[in-house]
Amino acid sequence: MFDLVWLIPLCPLIGSVINGLFGKKIKNETVIGGIAAGSVLCSFFVACGILMQLLSLPGEERHFEKTIFTWIQSGQFKADIGFLIDPLSCVMLMVVTGVGFLIHLYSIGYMHGEEGFYRYFCYLNLFTFSMLCLVSGNNLLLMFVGWEGVGLCSYLLIGYYFHKKSAGDAGKKAFVMNRVGDFGFLLGLFTMFWYLGGQHNVWTINFRELASHAELMPVGGVTTIICLCFFLGATGKSAQIPLYTWLPDAMEGPTPVSALIHAATMVTAGVYMIGRMNFMFIKSPTALLVVACVGAATALFAATIGTAQNDIKRVLAYSTVSQLGYMFLAMGVGAFGAGIFHLMTHAFFKACLFLGSGSVIHAMHHALHHEHSDADPQDMRNMGGLKAKMPITFATFLIATLAIAGVPGLAGFFSKDEILWQAFSNPHHGEMNIILWGFGACAAFLTAFYMFRLVFMTFFGETRLSEKAFHHLHESPWVITLPLVVLACLSIVGGYVGIPKVIGETLGGIPNMWEHYLEPVFAYSTEYMKHAGAHGEAHSVAMEWGLMGVSVIIAFAGIGLAAALYIVKPTIPAAFTNAFPALHRAVYNKWYMDEIYDFAFVNPCKALGNFLWKGFDVVVVDGCVNGVAAVVKGFSGMLRYVQTGLVHNYAFSMTLGVVVIVAAYLFS
Amino acid sequence: MLALENYLVLSAILFSIGTIGVLTRRNAIVIFMCVEMMLNAVNLTLVAFSRYLGNIDGQVFVFFIMTVAAAEAAVGLALMIAFYKNRESIDVEDINVMKL
Amino acid sequence: MESIFFFVVAAVAVICSLLVITCKNPINSALSLVMTFFCLATFYVMLDAPFMAVTQVIVYAGAIMVLIIFVIMLLNVKAETVKPNTHAVLAGSAIGIFSMFLTVWFLLKGSLTGATGSMSPQSIAKTGHIEIIGKALFTDFLLPFEVTSILLLVAIIGAVILAKKRI
Repeated sequence: MFDLVWLIPLCPLIGSVINGLFGKKIKNETVIGGIAAGSVLCSFFVACGILMQLLSLPGEERHFEKTIFTWIQSGQFKADIGFLIDPLSCVMLMVVTGVGFLIHLYSIGYMHGEEGFYRYFCYLNLFTFSMLCLVSGNNLLLMFVGWEGVGLCSYLLIGYYFHKKSAGDAGKKAFVMNRVGDFGFLLGLFTMFWYLGGQHNVWTINFRELASHAELMPVGGVTTIICLCFFLGATGKSAQIPLYTWLPDAMEGPTPVSALIHAATMVTAGVYMIGRMNFMFIKSPTALLVVACVGAATALFAATIGTAQNDIKRVLAYSTVSQLGYMFLAMGVGAFGAGIFHLMTHAFFKACLFLGSGSVIHAMHHALHHEHSDADPQDMRNMGGLKAKMPITFATFLIATLAIAGVPGLAGFFSKDEILWQAFSNPHHGEMNIILWGFGACAAFLTAFYMFRLVFMTFFGETRLSEKAFHHLHESPWVITLPLVVLACLSIVGGYVGIPKVIGETLGGIPNMWEHYLEPVFAYSTEYMKHAGAHGEAHSVAMEWGLMGVSVIIAFAGIGLAAALYIVKPTIPAAFTNAFPALHRAVYNKWYMDEIYDFAFVNPCKALGNFLWKGFDVVVVDGCVNGVAAVVKGFSGMLRYVQTGLVHNYAFSMTLGVVVIVAAYLFS
Repeated sequence: MLALENYLVLSAILFSIGTIGVLTRRNAIVIFMCVEMMLNAVNLTLVAFSRYLGNIDGQVFVFFIMTVAAAEAAVGLALMIAFYKNRESIDVEDINVMKL
Repeated sequence: MESIFFFVVAAVAVICSLLVITCKNPINSALSLVMTFFCLATFYVMLDAPFMAVTQVIVYAGAIMVLIIFVIMLLNVKAETVKPNTHAVLAGSAIGIFSMFLTVWFLLKGSLTGATGSMSPQSIAKTGHIEIIGKALFTDFLLPFEVTSILLLVAIIGAVILAKKRI
């Protein structure tokens, strides 16, 4: 089965090529969607087979590399097209193909009747291909190809409704901000290659070879620089401070795209990358601290913005940014397994939430369309009381919301609690622990609050639609609801693969399968930490139980506050807004981050660009080029009289030339 | 037998007359005829050398030159017809699309 | 006797070739050219190359000249009325005469290598001129001979394409 790993990325690529080249001719939506979804399903089956085989091996043998061919070979540098199978990439393959397939299926229903249906599926398949390259590539360069590929597809899909200016702008914004991050990724790659090659004569970019040479990297110093460069790449792709502002704007794309790219898979690439490079990051406490602080800050910061947004997708977008912050927090405290765990559970419930919101938007759009109303179908202020009309959507949405809020028993609880516990108890950052934990806990409270605010505003209470429009609301077709149900189930059971140790022991020795499963990938980091002797004071089991209780209380407090504000006394939010208008405005306008960025970066760059255009390019560059042209023109103006255009003159000069040559030959 | 120089000088005279014709006449057909005359002057040289050196190769060359001349005649005259169709003239002064 | 005959024919050839380039009417030029070709055929006979003489008459005087005269008549080319450009005539003549003197000077200065082949009037009389040419053509020059056939084919196609109404 391992030998078939190349099929996983290849299937979506084939689907993409077919849809891209012939989609316009095929026209039939079922066929196009079937090809796209089917190709991803094929990959999913192969990925399942590979996972099965991987699980059947003993822990230390769970890795396999399949090199297809040598892509670039130049001197010491060698890059293969090759795939790496290990527990980490296997998780990612399963998430990308599994969730990807569900979203492809969903898209068939959601995109029904859209212009450019084939284009959408071509891009979506291309995205899946790139993402699979990213997560299964066995070297940094192939990963970078996937990394760029997903960025490109993200750009294409955000700008899918390209006739809308806001969508085009959002696409460009995402692309440019990602470029800033990619720049960091490349610099990190170059620095690492240069350092390892120049200092230790280890010329490699292959992950496993790098990991086996990890002891060559010094603690701190150049490692910190490399890690920070890589982390810059991660902040761009995974929407962390300071490069997060593109993600909320990316909601201009179709909703399934937001679910697949901007929630479940692409934005987690940064987390995956840090997990993949854990042996490097563990060597640099400074970089880890930066990662943890940025993650914690992003988690809290984005959560505050999420509390005041009215667009259903924007709330979810800020929620995504916030949850990604959690993952980086986990990475930053050295709990790589917990970060990847949260990545997986987040993929389930966030995809479910986005698809659910898509279902709501879909229904709202049709209802408003019937009424010829131009009200915004994404604005929660227009919704309310939808649970009666859309029971399946409501149920799945509620489950996913409970999961993200961290209600015990659901997937989000296990992963989020694990992160908070690790943040509190990890031995890396000393005094910072409690601050990191505090940030995480606050963010958890806000998450529970704004997610239930969303649920209450959307599904509960009296409808704010007109009666006629409300009458036209109806549940979405099965292609839309089926993925919702599957994802909701996964949001429930997904967490049980990683039951925390304390609970497991209480329940009779259920091991934490997740940590055990990922152990081989992070073996070096674990060993290193042991050797470094970074033992914090031992935390008691009671402490862990206590913290778990705190998180549960926090979650329910957030839910309770949302219920109080939006169900029991719906007047309070308005009163609050009136009491603190400046605060509300600031939060509603995302703390004016876009404006600050415009002022600090965009406008100076624009001014510089304008100067270079008008001052340098037009005068100096064009001046040189035009000057050369003018000189040539002057000379040719004189010489052109030689070119009479008359055949006779040409014949004459030709004969003269022959005669002169012959004469020269004869008389020499 | 006559000296070889006789033939060669005659051939040179014919060749030069052909050259002058090509350079001075304006009628494309006449120019074409002058070119044929130059080819014939060369043919005469070749046959004369072939005879005086006792080697048949020169005459085979003449044979090929005649073939080329025939091909040239076919294509050249077709060109002239095509040109005449466009310009109603076969004066080379009218072949001036290259002129500014 | 032979030299008198040669000079008479040479004079005719030169005069006719001068007529080619001086006649105002292309038909006259063409007929003068035919005459020149006949003179050259005569020289070929004098040089013991009867096959070349026959070919000269058939190909040049027969085929090519007929073609040229046919085109002249088809296009109804009139005698030239405009005076030729004096500068061009002077310059062209100067070049032509200069090249002639160049060649003649070269001839007077140069000398034959003296290398002689197997062909002689006796062998020609014995085996026949055509057979000798044929042997050379189909043995040593087989490849150029075949290539020539392709050249002719291309010329035919080219002529047809060029003379078509619409290119």
